[in-house]
Amino acid sequence: MLKITNLNVYYGGIHALTDVNIEVNEGEIVTLIGANGAGKTSTLRAISGLVPIAGGTIEFEGKELNKVPAHKIPYLGISHVPEGRRIFANMSVAENLQLGAYCRKDKSNFEQDYNQVFEKFPRLKERMRQRAGTLSGGEQQMLAMGRALMARPKILLMDEPSMGLAPIIVEEIFSIIQDINKSGTTILLVEQNANMALSIANRAYVIETGRITLEGKASDLLKDESVKKAYLGG
Amino acid sequence: MSLVEFLQQLINGLSLGSVYALIALGYTMVYGIIGLINFAHCDVYMVGAYIGYFVATDLHLPFVPTLLVAMLGTAIAGVLIERIAYKPLRRSTNISLLITAIGVSLLLENGFNWLFGGNPRTYPHDILQQSNVELGPVHSDTLHLIILGTSLLLMILLQVVIYRTKIGKAMRATSTDKDAAELMGINVDTTISATFAIGSALAGAAGVLVAILYSSIDPYMGIQPGIKAFTAAVFGGIGLIPGAFVGGIILGVIETFVTAWYSQLSGAIGFIVLIIILIIKPSGLLGKKVSEKV
Ligand SMILES: Nc1ncnc2c1ncn2[C@@H]1O[C@H](COP(=O)(O)OP(=O)(O)OP(=O)(O)O)[C@@H](O)[C@H]1O
Ligand SMILES: [Mg+2]
Repeated sequence: MLKITNLNVYYGGIHALTDVNIEVNEGEIVTLIGANGAGKTSTLRAISGLVPIAGGTIEFEGKELNKVPAHKIPYLGISHVPEGRRIFANMSVAENLQLGAYCRKDKSNFEQDYNQVFEKFPRLKERMRQRAGTLSGGEQQMLAMGRALMARPKILLMDEPSMGLAPIIVEEIFSIIQDINKSGTTILLVEQNANMALSIANRAYVIETGRITLEGKASDLLKDESVKKAYLGG
Repeated sequence: MSLVEFLQQLINGLSLGSVYALIALGYTMVYGIIGLINFAHCDVYMVGAYIGYFVATDLHLPFVPTLLVAMLGTAIAGVLIERIAYKPLRRSTNISLLITAIGVSLLLENGFNWLFGGNPRTYPHDILQQSNVELGPVHSDTLHLIILGTSLLLMILLQVVIYRTKIGKAMRATSTDKDAAELMGINVDTTISATFAIGSALAGAAGVLVAILYSSIDPYMGIQPGIKAFTAAVFGGIGLIPGAFVGGIILGVIETFVTAWYSQLSGAIGFIVLIIILIIKPSGLLGKKVSEKV
């Protein structure tokens, strides 16, 4: 479904990604794990067209994305829940969700989509009219996810959904990610919380200073000695 | 000052203030969306007055079509200025953008001076029938009331656009977070152009209204009201749409009353008020830490 081949990204003189190869098949949860500054966010931003691609290709359903401008990407069925949530803090929860559906041509089953989001995130429903900036961190993450789901994506890119959240909320969010996947959405999940990510993913990639150093079944990586040492706390 | 005099001055003040507000909205919207103090904005106002002048004198169109043509013309001018001068600098430092804006401003002023001459031109006074209006014991005139009414109508329209339409939502999202807006599928370039178009159209309308009021235009006519409208925008809280509205109205009213009392002060009073407000509340009258920007 999504195929990244020899991707290279530079920020000025900094070579952030070197020959990255990642493939995500339809229906999978694939996770990309790595330490701070390894290049996880850069990978997702390259897919979404937010950073220029210096080399290699990104294909989605056979279509090359390299030259597609960022604002056209969501129309193809790719939704991105960015690092740090990036919700529209000045706007209400309802308006954030409406903006999530900005790229949708058929607004007819809007109500249905709202309800689906509220089913997954009941807490958002009570806070419809509230300014998004006043939500708690966990609620903001839920809003960012709900906003992305309003676009009815085929694939959901998620950048560190566990960042800064209490373990119990992380559990909740990860079980919702599994739900979303079960209802047919493919997921590419970027995480530093390798334990959680590997426990829900089908396959995984490990990235270190801009290069993929390991890939395989998530369950295998969970048992891998080098992964245990580097990312699972022993 | 008697109550009747007070009410008369109040109407004059509100109508002057509503014009400041119209111009201030453009400063504040552009600041909200690209963080630029658009020095050329006051010259767009002047361009609007000139377009109105040519439409009214050469085509003999009445007030409303003249206003609409001037708004359309300035909307196009605003978009062109953004595309040609500012967009290439979107990723560079704020200071180069600011200097470019000053350059565009000088270009427009001196360009118009070269094209149409520096002598003031008399605005066609038959564009709006001026007559006295009596509201009980209070005397006013159609001109002030039409200016006030037109400005208020345009500002209500702006609210509708910003809060009820798709492009308005896109503008608010873009002013908060450009990357996140792109992720929603919003074309940020188009949205910025739309912001310039709307802000410039409001300034163009203000240009025509003031030109009719003072019945005279020249290439440098934008500088004074531009500075005052900018003051109003900062005074209300730069980047905040309601701030531009409130700031403009208050400045206009204060200026009118102070001028009636001591006319020598009229130019300076705006700045005195601004300085006082900024000492007490540096983010402006309506400014908060996190607030609605466009
Ligand atoms: N806008 C930028 N300008 C310059 N360098 C950047 C920029 N964004 C990222 N980098 C650099 O690129 C490298 C990869 O950064 P990236 O944000 O992709 O890492 P990450 O894996 O997401 O890290 P984290 O877990 O901390 O979010 C880092 O060395 C970073 O300093
Ligand atoms: Mg990151």
